[in-house]
Amino acid sequence: MNENMIVSVSPHIRSNDTTQTIMRDVLIGLVPAVIVSVVFFGLRALLVELFCVAVCVFCEWLFERGMKRPNTISDLSAAVTGLMLAMNLPVRIPLWQAAIGCVVAIIVVKQLFGGIGHNFANPALTARIVMFLAFSSTMATWTAPNFVDAVSSATPLEILKTGSAEGLNLLHLFLGAAGGSLGETSTVALLAGGLYMMFRKVISWHIPVTYIGTVFLLSLLKGGFTFAVAEIFAGSLFLCAFFMATDYVTSPHTNKGRLMYAFGCGLLTCLIRFYGSYPEGASFAVLLMNILTPYINRWSMTKPFGGVKA
Amino acid sequence: MHAGITVRVHSVIWQKEETALSIKLLHGVRVPHRKNTAESVPVRIPTPKTVTIPMSMNIGAPAKPVVKPGDTVKVGQMIGEPGGFVSSPVYSGVSGTVKKIDDILLFHGAVSPAVVIESDGEQTPYEGLAAPEVTDLDSFVEAVRMSGVVGLGGAGFPTAVKLKADPAKVDFICINGAECEPYLTGDTRTMLDDTDLLVEGIAMLQKFYSPEKVIIGVEDNKPKAIAKLREATKEMDGVEVAALPALYPQGGEKVLIYHTTGRIVEEGKLPLDAGVIVLNTTTLATIVRYIRTGMPLTERRITVDGSAVRNPMNVFAPIGTPLRDVIDFTGGFKSDPRKIILGGPMMGIATTDLDQPVVKNTGAILCFDAKDAEPPAPTPCIKCGRCVNHCPMNLMPTDIERALDLGRPDLLKELKVNLCIECGCCAFVCPAKRPLVQVNKLAKIELNNYNKKLKAEAEARAAKEAAKNEGKEANAE
Repeated sequence: MNENMIVSVSPHIRSNDTTQTIMRDVLIGLVPAVIVSVVFFGLRALLVELFCVAVCVFCEWLFERGMKRPNTISDLSAAVTGLMLAMNLPVRIPLWQAAIGCVVAIIVVKQLFGGIGHNFANPALTARIVMFLAFSSTMATWTAPNFVDAVSSATPLEILKTGSAEGLNLLHLFLGAAGGSLGETSTVALLAGGLYMMFRKVISWHIPVTYIGTVFLLSLLKGGFTFAVAEIFAGSLFLCAFFMATDYVTSPHTNKGRLMYAFGCGLLTCLIRFYGSYPEGASFAVLLMNILTPYINRWSMTKPFGGVKA
Repeated sequence: MHAGITVRVHSVIWQKEETALSIKLLHGVRVPHRKNTAESVPVRIPTPKTVTIPMSMNIGAPAKPVVKPGDTVKVGQMIGEPGGFVSSPVYSGVSGTVKKIDDILLFHGAVSPAVVIESDGEQTPYEGLAAPEVTDLDSFVEAVRMSGVVGLGGAGFPTAVKLKADPAKVDFICINGAECEPYLTGDTRTMLDDTDLLVEGIAMLQKFYSPEKVIIGVEDNKPKAIAKLREATKEMDGVEVAALPALYPQGGEKVLIYHTTGRIVEEGKLPLDAGVIVLNTTTLATIVRYIRTGMPLTERRITVDGSAVRNPMNVFAPIGTPLRDVIDFTGGFKSDPRKIILGGPMMGIATTDLDQPVVKNTGAILCFDAKDAEPPAPTPCIKCGRCVNHCPMNLMPTDIERALDLGRPDLLKELKVNLCIECGCCAFVCPAKRPLVQVNKLAKIELNNYNKKLKAEAEARAAKEAAKNEGKEANAE
């Protein structure tokens, strides 16, 4: 009997949460946005989403196989990256372009830096930006959603760029009946998914609330209440605040750090939206803050209980 | 006071409304309770055939054997005398003959001489047993020393050393009945079965130390114990029973002190420096039993539980009883045991050897089958921050692991890994299943070596400087 005994360091019991259950909850959190994308943009939306998930998982599998590393596709993080990337793409995106985005996300941004836990920037977000620069025409061709009579090709943010919310239907923005990428248009769907993740304790309130709150307050100062509401409902703010900026690996791990980081995201988003040449700034803002994360971690170290300064 | 968010009502519920203490709880985790044996009144196991009583069952110097092979001993007879100031005497829990005195390898890795006694099955009490005369603080501390009691909650620190304190410095005495480890119910039984001993002990402590308050801290998952203690102490002045939220590690010394008194034990300091003495409930009850009857610590209450155990229950077993005898008495295993833990599942030590003896601070023997025994395979850290946000000491385990990997003891010093109480919250919550307690233990060793190196370097520099100055003086002359 003694030969079979196991000795290990305490603790001898562990919580049921694993990387896989966390990633599964993120995927579940994205389900409302996926449903809304199909409602407003048709079945091609689902095709793009499934295609991106498949390519990302395949890239991860292939790279790890080639590098003789342990296979991590079962932790579902590659699937999350694929779905997040799809959420950032317009419905008419050529699939070959989407595939390149997936390769950038998984191979360049994630695996070349050492795989899960080692990337310094959010893979899906960085891939979106790469695609935005590389395929600027297709990436900016927004299709008008179903059930909406407005055929204006201008996205809400392009309208807001003029400095007022005139001509925008806030209810449409809230529900997601607006031009934009697959997963970013419906505030209500993203909110539902975000609340689910908070309920499951996958994310805390610190980043989304601070991020959206900062954008709201700065917009309020700039253009008044309606403008501020339109600013937070438009573009990819909710997607970035709940799903992109909260990526564990690339955001600070103390709550104090998360507040600093999210405030930075909000500030940069507003600066780009108000004064930059691009209508949308959320992706760039989060990417820049990703890069600052190691520094924020240094600035936001916890104060040990009973610790005395040396 | 310190950053951190615990999603809870941040107050401690007190027996008496007017003394409500409002502090923010330290972080912790909601571990499963699994107090399956809470209703199990301990049964005394049949006298084992042989007992192996180690001389080292406390922090500090081991006891020195005072018997030799061939001697006859009786229950309660001293077989090992204190080996120094921080030490504790050892008594036999059986009557019989000393067979040999041999070095054995204990479950925690230390080698200790041990007295092996063959029992005669008679359990004849030692005729020299007499209740000690306790009249003042000094005689009380001496009685505690001779009772053989060490921190029975698990720490194993000789209790008399802790109690040798200037009463003027003692503001609070905390009686630790938190019993926050899953499965364990020994302290619960003490509170329910030995309430009178606890009440008498508290009266003694009040008499000798005159503290502002004696606070019994109990996790609120033990309502019966709380009710019974409140009933028993309601006539006493300056005694409170605090029902503390069942948030592990509520019974950790620094945690309990903060949650019951609001005092903070600073780095490198003792509870007494913060004006507090903490005693475990079973420790106190055992001391009082000795003062009443003269019977020192020779046996202890043990919880036997775990997925491989047929009948989880509480037992009394003489110190030195082989684990095998205890488990066999309860009905043995129902499935193949793959892991034996001495203590609770959060901080207990795993052993492979069922011939290991029960020691003074063995509160539980937990046996798990294959499903629960295998530690999960670690995956890469995803920097979720759960370890940081659940550490009661507000440390940053993920950063400690990184600093250790990088070979940066200077960072370990900055991250204050020395404050880690090894409670296991970080490893419990880690979704990547990283062995963070193991990492912290290693990091503490690294930090110690680094501090020693710094000290040696500083001393060498000072010596060189002194030599240079001497040379200068000599030249000047």
